[in-house]
Amino acid sequence: MMQDDLKRQPSRVDGRAKVTGKATYIAEFRFPDLAYGYLVQSTIARGTIRDIDTAEAEKQPGVVKILTHKNAPRLANPQADEDFGEKSRPFFALMTDRVLFSGQPVAVVIADTFEQARYAASLMKVSYAEEKPSTDIRDVMDKGFAAGRPRPVRGTPDEAFAAAEVKVEAEYTIPIEHHNAMEPHATVANWDGDRLTVYDKTQGVTGVRNYLATNFGIDREKITVLSPFVGGAFGASLRPTPNTLLAVMAARETKRPVKIVYSRRQLATAHGYRPASIQKIKIGADKAGKLNSIIHEAVHNTSSHEDFAEDLVGISRTLYACPNVRTDAKITRTDLQTPLWMRAPGTVSGAFALESALDELAYKLKIDPLELRLINYAETDPDTGRPFSSKELRECYRQGAERFGWKNRKPEPRSMRDGRFMVGWGLATGTWGAFLAPSSARVTLKADGTALVESGTTDIGPGTYTTISLIAARQLGLPLEKVTFKLGDSNLPSAPSQGGSITTASVGTAVQECAQIVQKDLMATESKREASPFSGVPFENIEFVDGSARIKGRPETSMTIGEILSRNGLPEVSATHTTRPDFGERAKYATASHGAQFVEVKVDEEIGIVRVTRVVQATAAGRIINPKGAHSQEMGGVVWGIGMALMEHTEIDHRIGRIMNPNLAGYHVPVNADIGAIETIFVPEEDTIVNPLGAKGLGELGLVGIPAGIANAVYHATGIRVRDLPITPDKLAG
Amino acid sequence: MRPFAFKRPAGAEAAVKLVAANKDARFIAGGTNLIDLMKEGIDRPNELVDISRVSLNLIRSLGGNGVSIGALAKNTETANHPLIRKDYPMLSQAILSGASPQIRNMATNGGNLMQRTRCAYFYDLGTPCNKRQPGSGCGAKDGLNRYSAIFGWSDSCVAVHPSDMCVALAALDATVRIRTVAGGERKIIFTAFHRLPGDLPELDNNLSHGEMIVSIDIPKNNFAANSYYLKIRDRSSYAFALVSVAAGLEIDKGVIKQARIALGGVAHKPWRADEAERFLEGKRAEAATFQQAAELALRGAKPLSENGYKVKLTQRAIARALRRAANV
Ligand SMILES: Cc1cc2nc3c(=O)[nH]c(=O)nc-3n(C[C@H](O)[C@H](O)[C@H](O)COP(=O)(O)OP(=O)(O)OC[C@H]3O[C@@H](n4cnc5c(N)ncnc54)[C@H](O)[C@@H]3O)c2cc1C
Ligand code: SF4
Repeated sequence: MMQDDLKRQPSRVDGRAKVTGKATYIAEFRFPDLAYGYLVQSTIARGTIRDIDTAEAEKQPGVVKILTHKNAPRLANPQADEDFGEKSRPFFALMTDRVLFSGQPVAVVIADTFEQARYAASLMKVSYAEEKPSTDIRDVMDKGFAAGRPRPVRGTPDEAFAAAEVKVEAEYTIPIEHHNAMEPHATVANWDGDRLTVYDKTQGVTGVRNYLATNFGIDREKITVLSPFVGGAFGASLRPTPNTLLAVMAARETKRPVKIVYSRRQLATAHGYRPASIQKIKIGADKAGKLNSIIHEAVHNTSSHEDFAEDLVGISRTLYACPNVRTDAKITRTDLQTPLWMRAPGTVSGAFALESALDELAYKLKIDPLELRLINYAETDPDTGRPFSSKELRECYRQGAERFGWKNRKPEPRSMRDGRFMVGWGLATGTWGAFLAPSSARVTLKADGTALVESGTTDIGPGTYTTISLIAARQLGLPLEKVTFKLGDSNLPSAPSQGGSITTASVGTAVQECAQIVQKDLMATESKREASPFSGVPFENIEFVDGSARIKGRPETSMTIGEILSRNGLPEVSATHTTRPDFGERAKYATASHGAQFVEVKVDEEIGIVRVTRVVQATAAGRIINPKGAHSQEMGGVVWGIGMALMEHTEIDHRIGRIMNPNLAGYHVPVNADIGAIETIFVPEEDTIVNPLGAKGLGELGLVGIPAGIANAVYHATGIRVRDLPITPDKLAG
Repeated sequence: MRPFAFKRPAGAEAAVKLVAANKDARFIAGGTNLIDLMKEGIDRPNELVDISRVSLNLIRSLGGNGVSIGALAKNTETANHPLIRKDYPMLSQAILSGASPQIRNMATNGGNLMQRTRCAYFYDLGTPCNKRQPGSGCGAKDGLNRYSAIFGWSDSCVAVHPSDMCVALAALDATVRIRTVAGGERKIIFTAFHRLPGDLPELDNNLSHGEMIVSIDIPKNNFAANSYYLKIRDRSSYAFALVSVAAGLEIDKGVIKQARIALGGVAHKPWRADEAERFLEGKRAEAATFQQAAELALRGAKPLSENGYKVKLTQRAIARALRRAANV
């Protein structure tokens, strides 16, 4: 989007609080008489704890209590979080002497101050009966097993591939990557009699509340989970992390409020990660470029105790029209923490393989990569045969190509230069399903002309505070600053965890519908009032503008909301509403966002350095409700994609099964100097089927094609096809 | 908590006395390295002697004999000082390629020389490391060693020195001026300041406990017009070098009179490529010659399991840096 267009758009409603430090993050909350817990983590990856010697630590000043598996009270009803359900044999810290991964919490030291707790923790002596760990996916890829139900084979892919005129067959690998959100995982827990209040870094307050209620065997109503601001999560807070349970337990045991904050080093094993994956792709086509077969086999690692599976191969079933398709997804066990969803989980990994392979095919065919994608454009969902509720991908390709200047691309690799830099232009496609989940909201109109909107969702950074406020303001006919949106509190009407890019569509729909219910309630009351100008006027003929209601076309009937309330003797009017997606009509369609990414790289070939100098990101994601927020999300997707393509890599010493770069000096994410020009284009889609708002998620979409787009551009620049991320200097110049 | 005393003596003399008297005392200057090491439990001093206000922060001309940079001058100040920019631009480039502006604003020159390796095992108390805990073994040698040394390593340690500034100082034939425990002064030429690991990987350099770096003196030279610092890293900024090259040439009518090449990211100390330097002297400043010198410089390289790429990458980096220095 152009800077000028964006300037006129509303900014984040919480921006000021964030930049002035008024937004309070979890580790900053305190209660009187607060105690601090510090975790002790295992140094082995697999084995049994022989002994934990707490004597020295216990003697230290300020130490209140030390919890280990020997003395930690058992959970009333140990159960995994809801999203994992029966798939897991969940891990509970301090409930066993087994060590399942390096960095597993084996004790928590509780003391009067953080420093005392940390120091005492350093004096703990833990001895183990160590077993040889297995953490390298290469060693166990052959032990993969099917994850979930096998999906149907379309046509006869193996035969078709064997007979194809032009073929590509290649293997792509992606290392483990970590979310590395700025805010560390943290919990502050306080018991007040049998009532529990928990500040927790989470993407879902309801989920955490239910998890605590189940595991501790207490009523949900007695628990309040709060998470007002989240300093980035990207999936890392979609499951409760050990700090949550341990802080609550420690608070109960010590009869004091307890805070536990993970250190940066500890965070690498606090939660899961994008799993390591190995993907084999075969694509066959005829000489004209028409695909005849796609075979996509993927294996990724999981832990030894849980069967976590993400969908790497789904994209190969839906992105292109192809009569013969087989996908095969496996997982394989390693002695590591269970993986976890990380921005665009599965799809971005799958897209790296599929979109790289398609690029390889384009060179073999000598067909422009964009042309190849248009030849195989899927007019309907190839997997289900259903029509798309909307799909402006073709327009994304067209507008993106035009803005980027794609027609000036020279087809041959190593054919474009800028001084000593080799220039490469690559492209890729992205897609992300447009999902919906049941959500609730409450809307209250107040006499002072303001509205309070409430829903137990979270805002992990995409701008949910702003987007939902905009939706409410538009429906209610109020200026944005008259709307306050409260979230991140499990006592509010419940909403799903913020993940899968569903929040705007789901919570937004609940809020829009709820706001309308409130308006209707108010006007129903008003129309019964004697001498009301609205008597007998159908709701459809009433409009809400600038804080007033009026009959359409009759400005003289205008009354402010405050006036209406006071004339009816009401202090306020409020409604709570739950929306459930209508799967009747919607189920007849495929619903997804799409995007096209055009990437320019300049490669300093002699020393192997790649710069992503220019990206045009064209997106079709239904109606764009919050243009600035959407622009930021799509830019953020590019930045993340640059990290994934060029630098991100969790390094593990497989001899000891230990993550060796658990800090921001060793785990590289892009810095400002790595980022070139990023342009976003939003192609509008009118979509009345996907949901009443017509909006689709775009938080994850913007990342999906970028790593492949960069790898494709690097090939175009250098003639070197890197199939193993990240593309570091040693792979080009070593 | 792990208690420590914090002292701020009036001058260098008192500071040296304090540290010398207690083997668990440390000088603290900018604190950008020491505090991190303390937080991670890798260094555990019981006494910090703050020297950040000791007036050893001058950067001054030594008349016709070069320049002296105070041990307590900040990295930022040093890099931006007119004397350095004019006469030793390679040093400016090296400093500015390191860390981030915020860190350079705090970091001192003395601290930069004394910064410890970034080897991942050194930083992880849960793993063996001879440098951190002599005798415990070297995690990196047969483990993750993509960043490790290709020159001068021993079975006991394969770590590299992380500094950029030091690579330039090694090329510039600097001298480290030291205040001794006895109260006198001694000098060590820069290339002898840092050590190879040998059997004593716990020692990074030849400074004795309690000795204080006072200044770093750089002799006058004629490299300013033809020098370059090249750093290759995994991202554009705020990353330690995979390899780096400080190259200085004195060229007269197309002929190289003197050459200096120092390498970073390849050894336990800044690594001077002496043979390549001698090879260049008397030859014409041409790309082909630089290529030969680069190959010569890497002749003795002994890569480990994961850092074989450094051989070719360093060669290319040397050739590039020399071409840049010579503007060919
Ligand atoms: C995230 C990060 C990235 C970095 N990236 C780079 C990089 O890319 N390139 C690079 O070169 N550097 C880099 N650095 C390192 C940085 O340059 C050093 O931390 C800094 O130079 C140390 O100086 P200081 O004054 O802060 O030292 P301190 O932390 O105060 O001290 C370090 C050590 O030196 C000793 N010491 C200090 N002054 C003296 C003296 N006068 N005499 C004797 N002993 C002394 C102290 O006792 C201590 O042991 C990075 C640092 C960080 C934290
Ligand atoms: S290379 Fe040196 S610093 Fe690294 S683990 Fe080995 S001994 Fe320790």
